[in-house]
Amino acid sequence: MLEPEVAATPALAALEQASPAAPPVGSVRLELRGVSKSFGGVRVLRDINFELRTGEVVGLLGDNGAGKSTLIKILTGVHAPDAGEMLFDGNKVENLTVQGARALGIETVFQERALAEQLPLWRNIFMGRAIANRFGLLRVGEMRKVTEALMSESMGFTSAVLTPDTHVMGLSGGERQGLAIVRALHFEADVIILDEPTMGLSLKETDKLLYFVAGIRAANKSAIFIDHNIFHVYSVADRIVLLDRGRIAGDFPTSRYTLEELTGIMRELAETGRFSDPERPQTAGPTRP
Amino acid sequence: MTAVTSAEAARRSPLSAFVASSASQIGITVAFLVLWLLFIVFAPVTFLQGAIYLSFAQTTPYFAIVAMPLTMVIVAGDIDLSFPSIMALGMVGFVWIWQATGSTELGIVATLVVGALCGLFNGVFVTLIGLPALVVTIGTQFLYRGLTLALVNGKTTALAPTSTSPIYGLLAGKIFGIPTEFYWLVIVTITAWVLLNRHRLGQNAYVLGDNRQAAELMGIPNRSTRIVLFMLVGVAAAFAGALNSLRVVNFYPGNLGEGFFLPALAAVFVGGTSVFGGRGSIYGTVIGAFMIGAIQAGIVAAGLTSYWTSVIYGAIILGSISIHAVLQRRFER
Repeated sequence: MLEPEVAATPALAALEQASPAAPPVGSVRLELRGVSKSFGGVRVLRDINFELRTGEVVGLLGDNGAGKSTLIKILTGVHAPDAGEMLFDGNKVENLTVQGARALGIETVFQERALAEQLPLWRNIFMGRAIANRFGLLRVGEMRKVTEALMSESMGFTSAVLTPDTHVMGLSGGERQGLAIVRALHFEADVIILDEPTMGLSLKETDKLLYFVAGIRAANKSAIFIDHNIFHVYSVADRIVLLDRGRIAGDFPTSRYTLEELTGIMRELAETGRFSDPERPQTAGPTRP
Repeated sequence: MTAVTSAEAARRSPLSAFVASSASQIGITVAFLVLWLLFIVFAPVTFLQGAIYLSFAQTTPYFAIVAMPLTMVIVAGDIDLSFPSIMALGMVGFVWIWQATGSTELGIVATLVVGALCGLFNGVFVTLIGLPALVVTIGTQFLYRGLTLALVNGKTTALAPTSTSPIYGLLAGKIFGIPTEFYWLVIVTITAWVLLNRHRLGQNAYVLGDNRQAAELMGIPNRSTRIVLFMLVGVAAAFAGALNSLRVVNFYPGNLGEGFFLPALAAVFVGGTSVFGGRGSIYGTVIGAFMIGAIQAGIVAAGLTSYWTSVIYGAIILGSISIHAVLQRRFER
């Protein structure tokens, strides 16, 4: 096993080169205003206001059914919101599609859910954006070569028996995670969405992942880190946004709240549907600082 | 890596890597060679002469031509059971246009158009209404057959006059002594291989069959890809129906295609394509088609009555899908 530092460095180098004209640190990259979404009469998201700045890692926490995955699917163009608007770099985005979100530089690392197990690595790296000529004929040699370079340079796959033709089925959980992250990186992502990335990872692999997430900020990119586990998110996030039953229940900078305070807030919220803010006593219900 | 995974145990050398990624195809090839050897041992007179191979070259393509795009539909996680009826309904298009214009060429064009429309209907039904392809295509199998019989009043049409048209020799003739069906099979097979392995359509088909959720998240066009695949089966089925009808210079609306139903599906599954989608190869289907094609002739030549054909069909299908399952579990990780 390579040490995290060694393994992550080339990936970070690739990140820094990815877009030379990145906007200044701290400007608002992505914004949602009053976004709502229902499925079959069930309001999954209500009046969501959310922003993500350049060079910021936001942890998105919430119970099952809080609306985390719906929010992510709206940001990535899978679902369209029923109401509200979405802005990217201050410009209003309408009729966002998956391809359109990618063109804006929003990339999701859905981990295993977005890998095709029975297919070789190269087909997974280029899933949905195969290199092809104008007749749709694939440039397989080129895709294999790029995959091979990514494997040795960015994923830290040095084992000679792992080739671009290896099926994903043959990879460990950490290797799959690496594949999904490197896929997002290779396509010059500016906003990386990590959907439950620590699920099924060993402690060591989780450390490697968290180091990588911290590197996203260092490279002046943005990330939304979704997890159940606040212990994973707290150490790398600048802010923690709590989702509860389709609403944003609160937005907490990790510089102002301790892990213990946040854990308490989350427990209170889960049990009572409201919480008392240690900084602003008596504040109840959904707040947005 | 500190944690040794089962995956790593399987990683040894480039040779074992090749075996690991192609175990299923190696397995089916070995099974094919063993079966062939058995036929030669039990019926040397038949299987050491050219005549039987010329016979295969004519009879195998009728179902193998459909089996190629069918492989792609199954790889994408769907299935089409309506193709025997598309073979027949396509010929209704042929007969109408041919009788109206006297042109065999235009008749063939009409056949292909009808085939494409049947495939489009299947695909639209499956993807827009979101029903399982298995159920939809059982329904359309009856629908298309019924339409065929109703439109021609169940009557057989003699196609003898078509044999004077220039295109007839390309469709139901012989070139260098080999039936033209075989050349068409070669063309269809190469086209299907390129589409499945070297084209965006095939890339999308594999991803859709393996993990439809991933396909959606990664922006792969779900409906249009699957509809196109159903249309390819429709076109291939109609074309195979025309080849068969022109060869026997008669259009039998009641049973054209019926005899190709099991052989085509068997060829796909014997060839190692997974009914769950995401896995399958044109190479496997080619081998599967010739295995299935050889069995009928081989059993009779080996001195068994043709009643045994179905028994042996069944045994070979069950045997080969078991071999695929075991090989995939052991090697393909």
